[in-house]
Amino acid sequence: MNLAALPRILPGLRGSRALRWTHTRLGQLQRTFDKALPQAHCPLTAAFSTSSCVPRKKVMFPGALDSEYTHELRFASNVESIPTYQVMDTDGKVLDAANDPQVTEEEARKIYKNMHVLNVMDQIMYEAQRQGRISFYMTNFGEEALIGSAAALDPKDQVFGQYREAGVLLQRGFTIQQFMDQCYSNEKDLGKGRQMPIHYGTKELHFQTISSPLATQIPQAAGAAYAMRREGKKLCAMCYFGEGAASEGDFHAGLNMAATIGCPVIFFCRNNGYSISTPSIEQYRGDGIASRGIGYGIDTIRVDGNDIWAIYAATKAARKIAVEQNKPILIEAMTYRISHHSTSDDSSAYRSKKE
Amino acid sequence: MVTPLACQHRAPARQIARLAKRLYSSAAEINSFEPVRGMDLGVAHSKLLLRSVASVQASSELQSLGVADSDTKKMNMCQAINDAMRHALSADNTSVVFGEDVAFGGVFRCSVGLADEFGRERIFNTPLTEQGIAGFAIGMAAMGHTAIAEIQFADYIFPAFDQIVNEAAKYRYRSGNQFNVGGLTIRTPCSAVGHGALYHSQSPEAFFAHVPGLKVIMPRSPIQAKGLLLAAIRDPNPTIFFEPKILYRSAVEQVPVDDYMLPLSKAEILKPGKDVTVVGYGSQIYALENAIQMIERDMPGVTCELIDLRTILPYDAETVINSVNKTGRLVVAHEAPRTQGFAAELAAEIQERCFLRLESPVQRVCGLFVPHPLVFERFYMPCAVRTYEAIKNSLSY
Repeated sequence: MNLAALPRILPGLRGSRALRWTHTRLGQLQRTFDKALPQAHCPLTAAFSTSSCVPRKKVMFPGALDSEYTHELRFASNVESIPTYQVMDTDGKVLDAANDPQVTEEEARKIYKNMHVLNVMDQIMYEAQRQGRISFYMTNFGEEALIGSAAALDPKDQVFGQYREAGVLLQRGFTIQQFMDQCYSNEKDLGKGRQMPIHYGTKELHFQTISSPLATQIPQAAGAAYAMRREGKKLCAMCYFGEGAASEGDFHAGLNMAATIGCPVIFFCRNNGYSISTPSIEQYRGDGIASRGIGYGIDTIRVDGNDIWAIYAATKAARKIAVEQNKPILIEAMTYRISHHSTSDDSSAYRSKKE
Repeated sequence: MVTPLACQHRAPARQIARLAKRLYSSAAEINSFEPVRGMDLGVAHSKLLLRSVASVQASSELQSLGVADSDTKKMNMCQAINDAMRHALSADNTSVVFGEDVAFGGVFRCSVGLADEFGRERIFNTPLTEQGIAGFAIGMAAMGHTAIAEIQFADYIFPAFDQIVNEAAKYRYRSGNQFNVGGLTIRTPCSAVGHGALYHSQSPEAFFAHVPGLKVIMPRSPIQAKGLLLAAIRDPNPTIFFEPKILYRSAVEQVPVDDYMLPLSKAEILKPGKDVTVVGYGSQIYALENAIQMIERDMPGVTCELIDLRTILPYDAETVINSVNKTGRLVVAHEAPRTQGFAAELAAEIQERCFLRLESPVQRVCGLFVPHPLVFERFYMPCAVRTYEAIKNSLSY
């Protein structure tokens, strides 16, 4: 009801007390009217524009969860980017004491050692491929901090990776010999020499065998998480993928299913800026992958992918929510792929050495 | 007979009237194809369905499984499938059934009552995403659970093709047998229903028969559906179970109420014969039955051997080879389009294994190589008449 129209409708009601009474009654009538009839269908209420002093109506369709009617024709677009959680500065100093990771020195040393082992192993295996000893390899340069996420998991949490998660395997206890066995496809390879190098998999360490098709692991992780929920063992599934794989249909299917069915799964996106030669600006136009999680009704956090304690803390908190509330969490780790995509790639073809 | 001049024009009219009367009374005969004359066609009149308890008791296969003498209940195919899932869910606590609209009972009513009995944690709806359904099912099966996923129509299985072919089929092999998705079963209604057109009538079994690592099954009747589905669910390999939707209500048998499994990769000889081997699966079996009836009526002394393949991958080549070695002639029929359909595989395999025994080229009676049309379905389908022609061609080569 437009209050300004009142004197015209009810002349002589300019007295403040009468006006206030009328306003209250009209407001009550308006609310009763609005609850009874959707505004769009009632020509009577449609004739009056809602003023700021009456409450806005909720959309009553089953598909609308919490939407309110508006009379402003405005397209929503992303204005504020989701912030990136960070614990340390570039010198490794914890900035806020409240974020101190609370790990023992032994644990911290193990993580640090594994980051180094991963880096050195990658250097050696890259050279081995160039020397013709193995057919193919993928390095993890720049993404070693992923190990922090593995450190925050239970050893029996099922891991569904993409291909750049060798650090997770190292942290879980995969030996260098086992890495070599798979890459060289010898008789001791757990995969029995059937797949290309770096397609690791180990039942003992609860790490599902890597497959080449991208993002296929995402709905699988949701299903595995549901199985674990049914078993009641308070375990979760951990699903790694890159920002490029997040464009695949399987990503949308997997996240939507995990959210609607209620699966204790952590979706961990390694946003390293490149999908082979395709930079992220050509991969998506929205606010990264994190904004998509919100769209699916999933609690989401963005973290500094090179800050090991940020990754550790986020994964630990995510795991707690997933396992206790049986719902998925999305973590987007912002990092940079220093390495080429693989030994079949020479990234100087699409990015400058300076970058 | 002398007719007055005035009535001369009426004589031909009377003759025409008499002719018309004869025409109308035998319209069905004259308007239908010559071979079909006077025949009762289709699954409703099939003698292959075990409609009586006596016929169930007489079945040698059911005898060997020990269920021939058990209690039976009159069920159509969708009720039999419902019963199979009930047995699977009761026996295996890790088994779940999910897909689009399964919770309320399913669009074909195959999951009626399951959610009430086993709870919404085990019988649940998924969002509208076949690739999600397949991937989710693979994930559950990878954890050792039994995932019975439903794809609402086989025509919509293609978004899940990557998950099925690249993941499910290869899961065990690529992991060096560390992991597997043997607990995965995908059920999906398939085949023509009369008014389904392009997207509610497809039979895509050939696409999946080309994938090492999968099992592909298509039953022809309620008793078969129940036994084969239970076998598929419990088989330690990912399985696709195609259910010819036209048979859901039209095929009715006395189905044993017990839990029983029919053997996979074992074809069944439905009718023995000595002159020609006729192979098919699913709803096509009833068209083949009619074609054989017409052949044996029109060519006395000729007998046709009818084989239901039941499992399309891995298929029972031995039964077909033994039969062809006996008859020397083979006719294969399926609803799916001709080129690269499953009949092509069977024809190639049989000609390789039985070349010198064959008396005539292997005949394939299949859907025309066009998308499945609506009003023209009658022309598309490999009906009893086309099969009759093919058998006749084979016999008179």
